[in-house]
Amino acid sequence: MAIIQTTNLQYTFSKGPQLIFPSFQAEENSELLILGSSGTGKTTLLHLLAGLRKPTVGEVKVNGLLLSSLSGAALDCFRGKNIGVVFQTSHFVQSLSVIDNILLAPYFSNNKVSKSDAEKMLDRLNILSKKNKKTSTLSVGEQQRVAIARALLNNPSLILADEPTSALDDENAKDVLNLLREQTHALNAALLIVTHDNRLKDEVKQRIELTALKS
Amino acid sequence: MKIIFIAWKNCWQKAGATTLTLLLLSFGVGIISMMLLLENQLSDKFNKNIKDIDFVLGAKGSPLQLILANVYHIDAPTGNIKVSEAQKIIKNPTVKEAIPLAYGDNYEGWRIVGTTPRYAEFYEVKLKEGKVFETPFEVTVGSYAAKELGLKLGQTFKSNHGLDKEGEEEEGHDQLFTVVGIYEASGTVIDRLILTPVESIWEVHDHGDHEESAHAGIVSAEDHDAEDHDAKEHADEDGHDHAEEEHAHEAGHDDHEEEREVTAYLLIKRLPIAPMILPQLVKNTNMQLALPAIEINRLNENFGIGMSVVKAVAILIMIISFLSVFISLFNALRERQYELAILRTLGGRRIQLFVLILLEGLFMVALGLIIGLVLSRVGITLLSDMAKDSFHDEFNAMIFLPQEYYLVGVTLGLGVVASLLPALRAFFMDISKTLSND
Ligand SMILES: Nc1ncnc2c1ncn2[C@@H]1O[C@H](COP(=O)(O)OP(=O)(O)O)[C@@H](O)[C@H]1O
Ligand SMILES: [Mg+2]
Repeated sequence: MAIIQTTNLQYTFSKGPQLIFPSFQAEENSELLILGSSGTGKTTLLHLLAGLRKPTVGEVKVNGLLLSSLSGAALDCFRGKNIGVVFQTSHFVQSLSVIDNILLAPYFSNNKVSKSDAEKMLDRLNILSKKNKKTSTLSVGEQQRVAIARALLNNPSLILADEPTSALDDENAKDVLNLLREQTHALNAALLIVTHDNRLKDEVKQRIELTALKS
Repeated sequence: MKIIFIAWKNCWQKAGATTLTLLLLSFGVGIISMMLLLENQLSDKFNKNIKDIDFVLGAKGSPLQLILANVYHIDAPTGNIKVSEAQKIIKNPTVKEAIPLAYGDNYEGWRIVGTTPRYAEFYEVKLKEGKVFETPFEVTVGSYAAKELGLKLGQTFKSNHGLDKEGEEEEGHDQLFTVVGIYEASGTVIDRLILTPVESIWEVHDHGDHEESAHAGIVSAEDHDAEDHDAKEHADEDGHDHAEEEHAHEAGHDDHEEEREVTAYLLIKRLPIAPMILPQLVKNTNMQLALPAIEINRLNENFGIGMSVVKAVAILIMIISFLSVFISLFNALRERQYELAILRTLGGRRIQLFVLILLEGLFMVALGLIIGLVLSRVGITLLSDMAKDSFHDEFNAMIFLPQEYYLVGVTLGLGVVASLLPALRAFFMDISKTLSND
């Protein structure tokens, strides 16, 4: 069974463009790259997949469940448990330490994850030494690792990443991509990256190009 | 980890931005709480001491001063009145009882009052140990005075002249007062007085006084704090010379009977018409009748206006501080919209964000509330120390008034109101739109 499957997805902004997306699906332990230049609707698509926005037309199934059948708290809970999202820019709760920030994920989705599990995750991402630091004291690259750790801590079956590499230099970009891949394999999940970063083009076999944009 | 923990952390994160809010809030709360505490204890003291005293008969002067001096023992007396002249009033059938008060001396700044045992009985003050004074130079001491002075049964002391502790030894008298009893604490003025028969005061002051009997005050009011008591009859007591004349006076007492003076009489009426009759009797004398209830009401009114102004200022400060809570939460929301959106992405429900913002507001308000209540207690303690120095009286800072529960309730309630709008904004936030905006 596919972890994620979309059919006829369309989104129309009330005072903006109509976005039409190709249908696709992703299996366990697979990677999918969605490429598109700026303004082609990558972020919008990612939000539709995460259930943060409802499509105007079409549907999204995650783990066989139609996202549109859920609403309110149930949707928030489902997202929390099954989908890990790494956003274009990393945002954290400023008042909390690194470890407390990643522990927010299991807390808000009612998952049982121990502090030592969280520490293991930080260790895997090579930022265990920063666990008691405030996130604002970290470098951009380190912040991105924390964001990845937070997205993965709940053992999600779907990992969504929005431009995870565009702010990084070649070396760091490669690192982050490898990290995401390793963790995806470790969790037996599906990894979906949306980006305009052409450096990733040759790294991922499964690719979709976004072009469609009607105004 | 709990919402409450995140709210707590967030509250401190913004410490810099919330300092002003906290400061305003705690000052507002502090001032109001201090007013409540003061008002409560002052009116308590006033009402307790006024008891059933209908009139105070004393020398002409400010009626309020007469009351303050003789009912509350916090001001200098207006002067003295002749016992013989007072007779026609205190023996009037409309008067049920008259308790004499004679001032003259102090011990270490604590007032020695010549009176009758009825004075303490009137306030229903019981004896803790010993007995009530009977003969001249026996004293029964109020509980607070005894404690502060360290007076014990059987102890003797020499008095100083006047009402305030005076450094000069010459002013002291040679007669020894003996402590024969100590009263129980009662919360009335008796607590801070040293009571003795009126005769003690007369005898102390008789010596050397007879040749100057023309002047009004055997009991001088050398109170330097009260310069402008216009009607006060200053008595200069420079001519004291006790030792030489002691023996000469034993026989002379009866001659002096008419010249006996006291500072005031506390009157309790027998008949309701007393207020119509008695004032007629003091006309054309140098005495006056003051009504404690009326004077204290007048004082309360003036005091009340002052209190209202202070309260209005405090309420204004509170309103500003609530606006400040509102604005700081609302502004913070703009900066924090991303982290709130992230919490939703992680599975957080709308209601959890709502509660988070509400709790942050409440923490801020509760913190201000606690600081304010502590501040008011510190303030009252300082005031109490001042009152102790100047009036031998104190305020209790370690009480919690029922009105303060209202203060806590209203403050927390307003805290909720101030955080409601920001919390609702967090509740209705469009996370996708927020997260696409970066
Ligand atoms: N709230 C909105 N209202 C109207 N148009 C929007 C809104 N958000 C995004 N758009 C438009 O939708 C298109 C896709 O945006 P987005 O998904 O952010 O693109 P990308 O992430 O690929 O750069 C853009 O043309 C953008 O201007
Ligand atoms: Mg984008």
